[in-house]
Order: sequence, then C-alpha cells, then structure tokens
Amino acid sequence: MDFQVVVLAGGVSKKLLPLVSKELPKALLPVANRPVLSYVVELLELSNLKDLIVVVEGEDAALNVGAWISGAYADRLHVEVAAVPEDVGTAGAIRAIARHLYAKDILVVSGDLVSDVPIGAVAATHRRHDAVVTALLCNAPISGPLESVSSGGKDKTKKPGRYDLIGLDPTKQFLLHIATGAEVEKDLRIQKSILRAVGQIEIRADLMDAHLYAFKRSVLLEVLEQKGAFNSLKHDVLPYLVRSQLKSEVLLNGIPQAEENGSEKVISQSNQQMLSQILANASEPTFHLRHTLNTNGSDSVRRTHKCCVYIAGSSKYCARLNSIQAYNDINRDVIGEASHLSGYSFSAHNNIIHPTAELGAKTTVGPHCMLGEGSQMGDKCSVKRSVIGRHCRIGANVKVVNSVVMNHVTIGDCCSIQGSVICSNVQLQERAILKDCQVGAGFVVTAGSECKGEVLAKKWN
Amino acid sequence: MEVKDQAMNSKQKKEKSSKAERRDLQEAQRAAKAAVKAEGNKPSGSVTSVNLKSAKAAKPPQKVDNTSIAASEKKGGDRPSEKDRKKDVPHPRLQYDDKSRVEKAKRRAVVNQTEARNRVELFRHLPQYEHGSQLPDLEAKFFQIDPVHPSVYKVGLQYLSGDISGGNARCIAMLQAFQDAIKDYAVPPEKTLVRDLTAKISSYVSFLIECRPLSISMGNAIRFLKSRITKLPPTLSESESKTSLQSDIEHFINEKIILANKVIVNHAVTKIRDGDVLLTYGSSSAVEMILLHAHELGKQFRVVVVDSRPRLQGKVLLRRLVEKGLSCTYTHVNAVSYIMHEVTRVFLGASSVLSNGTVYSGVGTACVAMVAHVYHVPVIVCCEAYKFHERVQLDSICSNELGDPDVISKVPGREDVNLLDAWANTENLQLLNLMYDATPSDYVSMIVTDYGMIPPTSVPVVVREYSREQVWM
Repeated sequence: MDFQVVVLAGGVSKKLLPLVSKELPKALLPVANRPVLSYVVELLELSNLKDLIVVVEGEDAALNVGAWISGAYADRLHVEVAAVPEDVGTAGAIRAIARHLYAKDILVVSGDLVSDVPIGAVAATHRRHDAVVTALLCNAPISGPLESVSSGGKDKTKKPGRYDLIGLDPTKQFLLHIATGAEVEKDLRIQKSILRAVGQIEIRADLMDAHLYAFKRSVLLEVLEQKGAFNSLKHDVLPYLVRSQLKSEVLLNGIPQAEENGSEKVISQSNQQMLSQILANASEPTFHLRHTLNTNGSDSVRRTHKCCVYIAGSSKYCARLNSIQAYNDINRDVIGEASHLSGYSFSAHNNIIHPTAELGAKTTVGPHCMLGEGSQMGDKCSVKRSVIGRHCRIGANVKVVNSVVMNHVTIGDCCSIQGSVICSNVQLQERAILKDCQVGAGFVVTAGSECKGEVLAKKWN
Repeated sequence: MEVKDQAMNSKQKKEKSSKAERRDLQEAQRAAKAAVKAEGNKPSGSVTSVNLKSAKAAKPPQKVDNTSIAASEKKGGDRPSEKDRKKDVPHPRLQYDDKSRVEKAKRRAVVNQTEARNRVELFRHLPQYEHGSQLPDLEAKFFQIDPVHPSVYKVGLQYLSGDISGGNARCIAMLQAFQDAIKDYAVPPEKTLVRDLTAKISSYVSFLIECRPLSISMGNAIRFLKSRITKLPPTLSESESKTSLQSDIEHFINEKIILANKVIVNHAVTKIRDGDVLLTYGSSSAVEMILLHAHELGKQFRVVVVDSRPRLQGKVLLRRLVEKGLSCTYTHVNAVSYIMHEVTRVFLGASSVLSNGTVYSGVGTACVAMVAHVYHVPVIVCCEAYKFHERVQLDSICSNELGDPDVISKVPGREDVNLLDAWANTENLQLLNLMYDATPSDYVSMIVTDYGMIPPTSVPVVVREYSREQVWM
C-alpha cells in the first residue's frame, strides 16, 4: 500500500526516571508484564504492516531493543532497528533515517502508545483527502487519583500540561490549529486567514494527540531539510504544517500527478487542465479550494495543503506512556477496562495469575491484578489492582495496592506498598511502608522505612 | 462427427425429412445453449465471435462444441449475428429481492454491508445499506485489502464517502485508477495476460460496485476496457500490452470525454442568443462549460440555477458561475413553475440517454423538463455519446439508486428542525431517497452530443452505428 512505518522508541526518558535506566530503555518498560513497545508492534502486525523501522536513541538502548525484538518477533516481522544519537528529538530521528524512507507515505508512531485504534483508518483518511499530514486524535484519558502528587515534588504550575488544544473545522476532518497545553499560558493565537477561510472553528480541549501521524514523505523530508532548527515532530513540524496550510510553501510534486503516459505525450496542456477541472469540480470544495479561488484572479498560484485528523471512536482505548502518572494509569487500564489489549485471558476472579505463581495460605489476589511467572507470595498477603512481575519473592503479611512491581523483586514481611512503582531487582526489607513512591532498579529499601511520595534510586554515575 | 454433419447437410439439401429436421433443430438449440453458456462464463462484455471461437478451442473438445462450430459454418452468415446480438445484451443487474443471489454476493463481498431497515416495498429490488457503518469499516481494513490495488481502493473510498460525484468525474477517476492498476500489474506465471487481467478488472469492478453502484457511463467505460483487453494481439509482450492499454485508456478519456465536451460546447453555444434567460438544474459539468464559454464569447444572458435538497449541488455551480461574472438567480425545484415563465431555454445534463430517447439523470430533472414543456420552453440536453446505452426504460422504478435516507431528515444549518430524528423507530414511516429519474423523450427538444445535435429519436441510431468495435478505436 506504499506506506512505511517508523516507530520512535525514544531512549532513556528523563520524565520516567527512575523507572528507566541504561539497561531498561523506555521502550522496554513493562506494562502488564509486557514491554510497552510490544503493544505498538502487535497493533501494526494486526494491520498487516510487517516492515518496520524502529528508531532508538542511544547505542546501548538500541542494542537492548534490538535484542528483544529479534527474540520476540524474529520470523513474524521484518524490523530494522536504527540507533540515533541522544537528544536529537523526534525530528532529528527522522532526519537520521531519511535515506531509508522510500514509500510515498510514512506512518510515524510513538513507541509508547498503547492503543487499539485501527491504523488502517488513519491511513485511509490520509489517502482519501490526499493530505500532507494526518494526525490521530483520541479522547484524553481521565487521569488517576494521584494527579496532584506527581513525581518530582510539588509543581503546581505543571498541572494543566496534560492536554492539547485542538482546532477543528465544522466537519471535523481538518486540523486548523494545534497547541500543546504546556505552551499555552493565557492566550491562544489562531491564524486569521484560516479562520476567514473556514468560517467556523471548533476548539477542543478534550482531545489528545496520540502521536501517530501519517506524513507525505516528500513534504516531511522537505520541511525537515528546510527548517533545520526543528527538533520535535509534535511541537515544531506539526504546528508549522498546520499554520501554513493555506499559504503552503512546500513544493507539492505536481498538483495532481500527471498520468504516466508510456512514451507519448498525448495530453496537451489544455486537456490536462480540463481534466483536473472536471475532477476538482466534482467534489464538495473544501475551504482550501475556496481560499485559492478567492484571491483576486492574480496569477500567483496560492497553494494549499491539507492537514487531516482522524478522531478515534470513544470506544477505543488510546494512551501514551510519557509520565509516571501515565504509567500507573496504563497499567491499571490494561488489566482493568482495556483488558483486551493485554492479550491475556482472565481467570474467573477477573485477574491473571500465571500457573507457576505460588500463593501462600490466606493470600488474596483481588480482581484486576496480575501475577507473573514464578512469583511466590507468602501467607496472608493481599494484592489489589496491581501488577506483579516475574520471579518475585513476596513475604508474609504484605499489602500491595494499586502498584506495579517489576521482576525479581524481594519484598520482606509486613510491608505495605501503595500506589508505587518498584523496579526490578529491588529489595524491600521488612516493615517498609511505601506510599506513592518510585523505587529505582537495584535499590535496597532498609527495614522499617516509611516513604511518602519519594523517589528512591541509586545514584547514577 | 464431420461425416455425420455432411450427411445431414446433404439430406438437408435434398429434402428435409422430419427426423433430420428435428435433429437440426435439436443441434441448433444445443449450439445456442453452448454459446450462451460460454458467454455467461466470462464477465459480461461485448465479445467478438473471434474470441468466442478461441475460448471454445481452449475448452476440452466436447461433442457439443464440435457440433456448434460445425453448425455455425453450416448456417453461414446469420448465425454469428444472432450470437452477437445475444452477447450484446448486457447482464441483468443483480435484483436484490432475490435472497439466494444476495447471500452469494454477500459472501464474496469485500465491504461489509448491513441492510437498512424500513425499506420501501416498491424499491426492494434495489440495494439499500446502512450508510453510517460502511465507511469506518472499509477504512479499518485499509491494510488488509490485498487483492484491491491502492488507487482503486482510494477511488472506492471516495465514492463511498461522497467525495466524488457526477458521471464524468466518477468515470475519469475510475479509469485513472485502472491505469495505475494496469501499470503495477504483473502476469502471474502459467496464466495469460488477457484472462487474468480481465478477471482482475472484474474483481476491482465488483469492489467499486459494493462502494457505490456503477453509473451507466462507468459501465460503458468498463465494457470498452474489457474489449480492448480481449483484442490485444497475443504477439505483444507484457510491457507492450500494458503500455498499449494505458494509452488506450488515455485516448478514451481524451476523445470521449474531454474532446466530446469541447465539441458539445461549440455546438450548444450557437443556441444561446443575446438576452436569453437560461435555466439549469443541479450541477452538470457539460452545462457549466457551455455557460462559461458563452460568457467568454461575450454573449449577454442570465442564468437561473435550480437546486434541490438534499444534495444542494446547485450551490457549488452557482459559486463558480458568480465568480466568473455571470448574473445568476438561484431557486429551489419547488419554485420552478413560478420562474419558468421568464425562461427562454433550459439546459440539462444527463447521466445517460437510453435507446428510446429517455434521459436518465439526477432526480428532479424530469420535473423541470415537464414544466418547461408546458410553458413551451425548449429543453436542450447535453450528453456525451459514450454515455448512451441501448437499454430501454419506461419508468424510474425498475432501475435506480437509493441514497442515504438520513440526509432527508436533516436540514443543514437548522439544528432545531429535528422532528424526523427518530424516524427509523416509527414502524409505518419509510424514507426514500432516490438518486435518479427518467425523463420521457417527449419533453426533450434536442440532445447535443459530440456527434452533433440530434433529436431524441436518433439516439438508437447513434448507439447502433457508433458503438460498434470499429468506432471504439
């Protein structure tokens, strides 16, 4: 179908420290005991897209990701892992792999997207309107109960940063304005020409940009070349394309592609014009056409390009893993409401317990929980709405509520863990009480410590 | 076998004994049946007798075939013409009240269709589907539709969503998509180009039909394409065949559509005088070109654009005319009898003109033509010759297209008019949205085609004379 897929798997994201580390890049962070990248790959595989390019920042991370992918998907997919230097941003990542791109349209997917939206629909909308960029929008997820206590202390100004402000036309097909919430402090600036051309613009704050874009390859590469300062697709390239859609400066390769004629050039110029006129007159003119017609007959051809959107149905799940809060939420959702995404089958109690996991006496595992392979739980434990990874040793009388525990964790007796994330290879000695904490990999929490809202991690060297 | 036939021949020459006569009759009937069966096995199209013979030779030689070939040689000239006439009869459209056929078609279908509820009894033989579910379903399958070429898929999506409408535009879009498909086509091993490409085009056509039923212009174009494919000389290599087909399609678009439009415009502007008031209905590409050209030539006239819900295509035409500086009046079809007394000429476009002179065009055209007739205003229909069809239709019911009934219940821009929002729940209410209607030839004064300006009664002559193989290039 002439589409190529690029998965931007990021590297070691600063926002997710201490969960990520050099050995565990963001792409391999486990959600419901599966690396988050696997959700994207499975979604692409479902849509029959078997040729992927995965871009990872940093050589070590690339090696890790590559190793995992070839282990898990060796024969089913054909994946190329490309490593780019760190901190080049998403736009820089595309610049780095530009020579591998040959298809007419490129699908850029963020590696931290957990969703079940059919990708074919985005591609179909892109092709139908012959758009330059098509973005996937979904309903912004309702954040969990721990919104105010974000990582890194009390940062009141960070609160409204989650949503994007999206401007749509009345038919909800075209993107007229996009601004991320973090940039908007007081005012919203909209292009007057766009507003005049369309007439009506609908500004929505409840839609989230899912970071799944379909770009026309020639336009994307041209913009990246011309604007060397652009670092991020979402913050720079996309708003630039949306802003300039009525005074397009990108060279569109010929307004409709002239038909391949074999050897003879039978079509004379006026025939071609008439042909495109008939085709153009046939469809309902979008505001782009009306705008070009409104220029007072001067010969300067005002070119326009189209930025389309695809709004995912409300029944579809879509979330991005870009903060610790989101990590908790996604884990909860994948074993909770969006359980079809996890790919596991649920037991009668509405939870997933691996057959090799051992439960002690009087241990209760509530609904919406997950217990990984080889984990052992002591007596009188209670697990509620949590995910526990593989090969964990959990002592007696432990309460785990609303948390994520990764692999190879040792938890001593009488611990209480609430709303926290505990990375691999951590040792919690007895009677540790953790509330809303994040414990980095390899850490040892001393006995009897009580932590609330802290980040416990080994010092990085 | 040959000896027996010759014996029969000789018997026939002397005197027809009753047994030989009956034998004759029986073999003639068997031959006719084999001819119809051979034609039915292929996709419907105008197949020449040459092709028929080659197809027969490919089948394992059966007794029936031998007799039929012998019979055709025996009877001389009139056999092939009878076969040709039978071949020219186009396949009847799938009648949707035949349950078994509909089931079969559904199983082969690419697009998931859910039948609509509350269907009007009179139109049960036409397909009617729930419009809301088709587009998202087809979109979701974008990467999984392997057998359909991407360009054809895109055109199908555009039909389904209503992005492209109008006979010429749909035909051109489809032909251009077929050009792309042919360019990317590669003959699989052990198959011949002619057979396989014909089968592929048929599968694309059935996909497009599922998106939206074919218009008559598209049907003619497909027939043309298939006849060109079957006429490819077997000596050509694959790439040469492909380029030849592509240039054939190119020629078709240029001559039958673009040049035809230019000729029509040149003829029709002679009928426009200074001081005329011209009325047009809906949005027809040919009529628009005529009006613009006449304006460029400096003629002084004004235009009345008559429009109708739910599509309101006249608005688009109006905008384009006003931009070029024509003075226009805009009204809806319910007021056409009030404005007709001012009008001097009526120009209408057509989706097709049938053999009995009936004009098959967008719904409402018949109304306008009849009112014009009562007021003694000449009605001029502008239609390219490739849209003519040898079918005869007496009413608008037996063959039509049903659109989406929900658009009738909504009034754009008036959200408060929502009385019909729950119409599907009312049991004795059915909404009908017809797309086409048939205007009898008595109401049409003249038809302007690329073969000149002809009266409606001359249409079957054009169909007969000019749709033979030699004129399709």
